[in-house]
Amino acid sequence: MLELRHVSKSFGQKQVLQEISLHVASGEFVSLIGPSGSGKSTLFNLIGGLLGPDAGEIYLNGEEITNKHGFISYMPQQASLFPWRTIIENVLLGQELQGKKDYELAEAMLERAGLGDVIHAYPHELSGGMKQRVAFIRALLSPQSLMLLDEPFSALDEFTRTDMQKWLLSIWEDYEQSILFITHSIDEALFLSDKIIILSVNPAEIKDVFEVPFIRPRDGDLLLSEEFLQWKKKIIDVIQF
Amino acid sequence: MKTSLLKKVWRPFLAILLFIGLWEVATRLFSIEEWLLPSPSDIVMEARNVIPTFLPHLGSTVTLSVSGFLIGTTVGLGVATILHLMPRVRETFFPFIIISQNMPIIVLAPLLVIWFGFNALPKLIIITLACFFPIAVSALGGFTQTNRELVHYMKMMGANKAQLFWKLELPHAVPSIFSGLKIAGTYSVMAAVVSEWLGAQKGIGVFMTLAASSYRTSRVFVAIIVAMVISLAFYGLILLLEKFFIRWQQKGENV
Repeated sequence: MLELRHVSKSFGQKQVLQEISLHVASGEFVSLIGPSGSGKSTLFNLIGGLLGPDAGEIYLNGEEITNKHGFISYMPQQASLFPWRTIIENVLLGQELQGKKDYELAEAMLERAGLGDVIHAYPHELSGGMKQRVAFIRALLSPQSLMLLDEPFSALDEFTRTDMQKWLLSIWEDYEQSILFITHSIDEALFLSDKIIILSVNPAEIKDVFEVPFIRPRDGDLLLSEEFLQWKKKIIDVIQF
Repeated sequence: MKTSLLKKVWRPFLAILLFIGLWEVATRLFSIEEWLLPSPSDIVMEARNVIPTFLPHLGSTVTLSVSGFLIGTTVGLGVATILHLMPRVRETFFPFIIISQNMPIIVLAPLLVIWFGFNALPKLIIITLACFFPIAVSALGGFTQTNRELVHYMKMMGANKAQLFWKLELPHAVPSIFSGLKIAGTYSVMAAVVSEWLGAQKGIGVFMTLAASSYRTSRVFVAIIVAMVISLAFYGLILLLEKFFIRWQQKGENV
């Protein structure tokens, strides 16, 4: 699916990414965690084709996409909904950019995601959590098979956040989309992902990669299980080392 | 709702009444000649007499200002779009456009008449010159102040330049374009009247010059008030359009 080969990037004197190689398989949920300033957003901009790497290549489904855009779907940190579009129009935007709109599918997905009542509302009428849901559906509806999620829940409060994580899993588990997910939260990464990639800082290098063994579908009890806490400890040890 | 509107309106309304009252009293108290400063009641009387002959003038000015406004708006939006999409062109010509606005239009008017004669063209040019600037500046401001997170989102999703413009920058600029339209709308009436001073068959400007040269000051005031009313009507119309176009906007809400 997505493959990064020895990608490096620096801005002026400052090296931000060094020799990053990673792999996201089809239908896989991969999280990137690392401290602030570890160049995670730069990595996303590279995959999105907004920036070019100094060295290395990026492949999607075997095709090189280095420096090319339009190959991935994206969910930013802020919902970034267009205030003049209704919810359904917002959700259709990703498809619109690629040429074909599927109104019925969008409607059905909003219904399924519990947003059926607000299809024709404007974004300002929605709460923060609801907006993020809409942004996720928008990304999911885009025709690209890989989604980049950039700390999508970091602006939400703790309660909404846990709800959102469960909701995201419940929706995503029905689709075949691959996800590359940036987060600061170890709990979030463990709860959601199949694989966790830990980045170091200055410059960012891959410190370690864990395959997360918890079976799907996952529910909230997992967050308090003994096994979960052991994994969390393991990851914290790597990060602090 | 209704009562709150009434509450808002009564103060300015009272102020206007008070102003008119003072004016009336002052003209009588100091027995000011009508040709110098007519009292409000003189103006009302004059208006009653003159309105029937005035209507064709009114029609001509309204047509002129509306066509000038439409041309000016088109030119303004076009210029803003070109300057926005081509930063080089913008760097080169934007100072030029600003300088052009510092030239009083009224001094340009006689020149335009020399070049283009006494037909509609120089008048339309004057109105266009007056209208296009506020629209171009507000539209350009709207384009460049597009929310950067939304721009980043669009780019990440692979939007091309045209999609970025039509789907994001243009709709994003609509509220600021409307503030430009409101200014341009009122300018257009003023510019139309001024352009008619230069020589025309009909129009409020013509009516005004004729009245002024024969010292019929009440008539001049009638013309002024009518011009104000047209201006206000334009403003109101644009306000209505704005309400319709930006239904999505809530006071103080952001993305």
